[in-house]
Amino acid sequence: MGKQPAAVIGVGQTHHRAKRDDVSMAGLCREAIDRALEDAGMTLDEIDAIVVGKAPDLFEGVMMPELFLAEALGAAGKPLLRVHTAGSVGGSTAIVAASLVQSGVHRKVLTVAYEKQSESNAMWALSVPVPFNMPVHAGAGGYFAPHVRSYIRRSGAPTHVGAIVAAKDRNNALKNPYAHLHNEGTTVESVLASTMLWDPIRYDETCPSSDGACALVIASEDVAASSPNPAWIHGTVMRSEATTAAERDQVNPQASRDAAAALYRQAGITSPIDDIDVAEIYVPFSWFEPMWLESLGFAAQNEGWKLTESGATAMDGAMPINCSGGVLSSNPIGASGMLRFGEAALQVRGQAGEHQVDGARRALGHAYGGGSQFFAMWIVGSEKPGN
Amino acid sequence: MSRTLSAPVTVAFDYTRSTGPVLGRFLTGLRDGVLIGGRTSEGRVVVPPSEYDPVTHEPTTDFVEVSPVGTVTSWTWVPEPVKGQPLDRPFAFALVLLDGADAPLLHALDAGSPDAVSTGMRVQVRWAPERVGHITDIACFEPLTDETSVSPSGGGIIEDHPVTGVITPVSLDYIYAASPEESAFYRGLEQGRIVGQRCPTCGKVYVPPRSACPSDGTPTTEEIELSQTGTVTTFCIVNVPFLGQKITPPYVSAYVLLDGADIAFLHLILDCPADEVRMGMRVKAVWKPREEWGTTIENISHFAPTDEPDADYDTYKQHL
Amino acid sequence: MRDVAVVGFAQRQMQDFDGSPTCVELLVPLFKECYEQTGWTRQDVGFWCSGSSDYLAGRSFSFVQAVDAIGVLPPVNESHVEMDLAWAMYEAWLKIQTGEVDTALVYAFGKSSAGQTRRTLALQLDPYTMTPLWPDTVSLAGLQARAGIDAGLWDERAMAEVAHRSLTDAEGNEHSVRKGGSSVEDLLARPMYADPLRKHDCAPVTDGAAAIVLAAGDKAREVREKPAWITGLSHFIDPISMGTRDLTRSPSAQRAGAAVDLSGLDTAELHAPFSHQELLLRRELGLADDVRINPSGGALTSNPMFSGGGIRIGEAAQRIWAGESSKALGHATSGPALQQNLVCVLDADKKEQGN
Repeated sequence: MGKQPAAVIGVGQTHHRAKRDDVSMAGLCREAIDRALEDAGMTLDEIDAIVVGKAPDLFEGVMMPELFLAEALGAAGKPLLRVHTAGSVGGSTAIVAASLVQSGVHRKVLTVAYEKQSESNAMWALSVPVPFNMPVHAGAGGYFAPHVRSYIRRSGAPTHVGAIVAAKDRNNALKNPYAHLHNEGTTVESVLASTMLWDPIRYDETCPSSDGACALVIASEDVAASSPNPAWIHGTVMRSEATTAAERDQVNPQASRDAAAALYRQAGITSPIDDIDVAEIYVPFSWFEPMWLESLGFAAQNEGWKLTESGATAMDGAMPINCSGGVLSSNPIGASGMLRFGEAALQVRGQAGEHQVDGARRALGHAYGGGSQFFAMWIVGSEKPGN
Repeated sequence: MSRTLSAPVTVAFDYTRSTGPVLGRFLTGLRDGVLIGGRTSEGRVVVPPSEYDPVTHEPTTDFVEVSPVGTVTSWTWVPEPVKGQPLDRPFAFALVLLDGADAPLLHALDAGSPDAVSTGMRVQVRWAPERVGHITDIACFEPLTDETSVSPSGGGIIEDHPVTGVITPVSLDYIYAASPEESAFYRGLEQGRIVGQRCPTCGKVYVPPRSACPSDGTPTTEEIELSQTGTVTTFCIVNVPFLGQKITPPYVSAYVLLDGADIAFLHLILDCPADEVRMGMRVKAVWKPREEWGTTIENISHFAPTDEPDADYDTYKQHL
Repeated sequence: MRDVAVVGFAQRQMQDFDGSPTCVELLVPLFKECYEQTGWTRQDVGFWCSGSSDYLAGRSFSFVQAVDAIGVLPPVNESHVEMDLAWAMYEAWLKIQTGEVDTALVYAFGKSSAGQTRRTLALQLDPYTMTPLWPDTVSLAGLQARAGIDAGLWDERAMAEVAHRSLTDAEGNEHSVRKGGSSVEDLLARPMYADPLRKHDCAPVTDGAAAIVLAAGDKAREVREKPAWITGLSHFIDPISMGTRDLTRSPSAQRAGAAVDLSGLDTAELHAPFSHQELLLRRELGLADDVRINPSGGALTSNPMFSGGGIRIGEAAQRIWAGESSKALGHATSGPALQQNLVCVLDADKKEQGN
């Protein structure tokens, strides 16, 4: 017996903000869940199982918070799973939820991913001191900046390409009412003029720290039949490699390339740039757009920046990337991956509102985590996948 | 000598929690000396109120004041209190069904000895001297021997000044141990040596050594003392100040590929302006004075430029 | 549903693990044992999934380094749950059911001794109204034990009988960290610790790790003459509140048991870190008196956090492989006072069942 068809029939997200001090953790999750259920035309009681995802428990200072949240999430009396795969977790969580349907075990699965980063300080939570060692980098920006430098050296990209991405995503976010940052008037020049934080990464090229949640309702074929616009799941993939290993390619990791190849095989994609209409890619620092464009096969090695520079990745370009504003505009870490997956579903359902790409039929949702080592991706489409 | 090096670590943060309206109502009550329960759709009064109704899943909106006096429905003795518990002498944790409520509240009961506690006993709230809108505004419960001796509660809720957030300190003490392989590395540093190990399967030299070579899962074994000179593969100029930072920005954190190693490791590049650091730059370890050495990477103060010409890109491009 | 069996199991349990909280050093030999049992290499494993907790280790992303123990060149199809091994196994079972893979190796680890586990676990509670009081695990279990005693559902003697049988059985288990039976009378004569619990009513703090190997259909038959076929797998969760729950019950355990076919069980490995919890679980699962409970000695004698539940499944599987059981139950619990429960029915004969 092969995989059972499954589709996203409900997508919900919160208004992402630096501090959502109007809600508790349960309230934040329920804001996304209630929107997803309403979208799916379903109640909590109809849900068979719930899958929760979030990044490190130290962010909120609660160990396995899904336990205390169980009742508020409507999970009491149901099966509940908690996924944690670092930054890719939002994507991995959606994939686990999909597998509950694709395996034939359940028909209606709710999944929610969240982070309430304002409860602590992400830089603190990620860098608890290790004895015998010394802190050298300064947070995630300090971790990824050397790899961005390597990419620039390797590809010969002009140094303003990162600013093109940042300006594009911040302007896309103006079309997304849920986005955290609504910075009017961001231009390549204004990004280039912002403070250099972790050289070569500037302030405006970094993601914010957000409170937020995203929820999806994933349903079996018979349930999805009554949805006006299901986003069918055409393929899912997870791949992992080590944080550090001798001669590991940290710019274009093998796990990323392998994941994309496996995903495209499942979804019958032979030329990503032609076969995929829109993509939501995990870009927490602007330069990761050209880096992932190469790794995901949208551009040849060392030529991702050319695609970005040409304007192809803009909303009106040939290969629109992150029309929602992406991670650069909203980053509740645990939810960020699910937001990519959910935004991809919204696009093929024609429900992305002002940031809708006309006629999008096939979309990529992508997330990565750890030191560019955990990858989760899916392809969703407006048509039911063929056998 | 123990197989591994270990040292204490404290993981501590004062979490700032926003409560939302339901828990906020309960905590506002505590601040103002009133116990607030929530009525469920089935008519049960629950303290603290559930944020969402267990049956309808709707937010709780029906609040009820209950008594600060109640009955113990279950209890357990705490002979050795742990840090942060309401009392630092032996006490009971108890489930207390407050008069007017249908579900008990968990809190501490100051009873002196387990012989003084029983299911069914009457207890009352002992308020904290200062109340801020926190569960610890209830210092604990205490036995109530005489129903006429009930302490008055604090008064009424100040409606226009609700509690919306709480600060919850979380502090946990751990003993952190390095792996045996890492311990060998740190012990080498104590002797002024940088020690790597070779993976017996793939032959790569790891620094620090690893409990499992990430490529094939084999522990690294054969010890190799590495050169103290290497090449900067890539780096970041840190301009941003952060919590716990020891060096004033701007400074350079770099991946240094030591001669003879197959993996770069992170350290600082100093003794030259940050904007003069280059990919391919040759650097050498600069050690702190010997009397300051311990089993730590901090024995190496930083790396400094050598006078050698830069390494050719082809010699380190596979390490990016 | 595809036929899936437990075909490999390895474990380590100890009082104080002299090693890093990532437990990579523990995982390497565990995986080696799994390869020896199956005749596989890491390339034969289609999916990997692990279970662990950042708060147990005292740092974020504590699971990240564990993948080194796999050897991840080429990269692997891998996931992680912030849950016990049993739920990591559930995710892997799902993956096999989708048809995407035929085999999986799941593992979990935890160094409880790195911190003060009973206090750390207070962070699992409601962070607004419970955690600030730091109710420790033993206290919460004590409240539950007392509730059952007061209700006349069990008594101190019944609890001591569980402890006595467990300590006696643990003598035959090289992995148990606490063992040695004396007598029920002797146990009852020992002083109260956290009234109504004596020390032997509470699982010892245990470090450890474990790994389970799953395979579908013919792949399972290639590995073992008698694979332990998973003929039922179910899990549920209850609300956390100690106030609104009836502490003498575990509806999630009852529901999980009702979702599978428990008839004809001869053995049950129950994850009961406190003696009264075994009594409670037997009632919720409706286990007959002739079912052999916890022949391994159970969690009361050794309970490594995050692998203690999965180890119950592994122990049950070993008895199927050895022909000592024809149908066995493995049970895992998580959360305070039996909040979340999973049951896994293992059968020597593969009979088609619903899930």
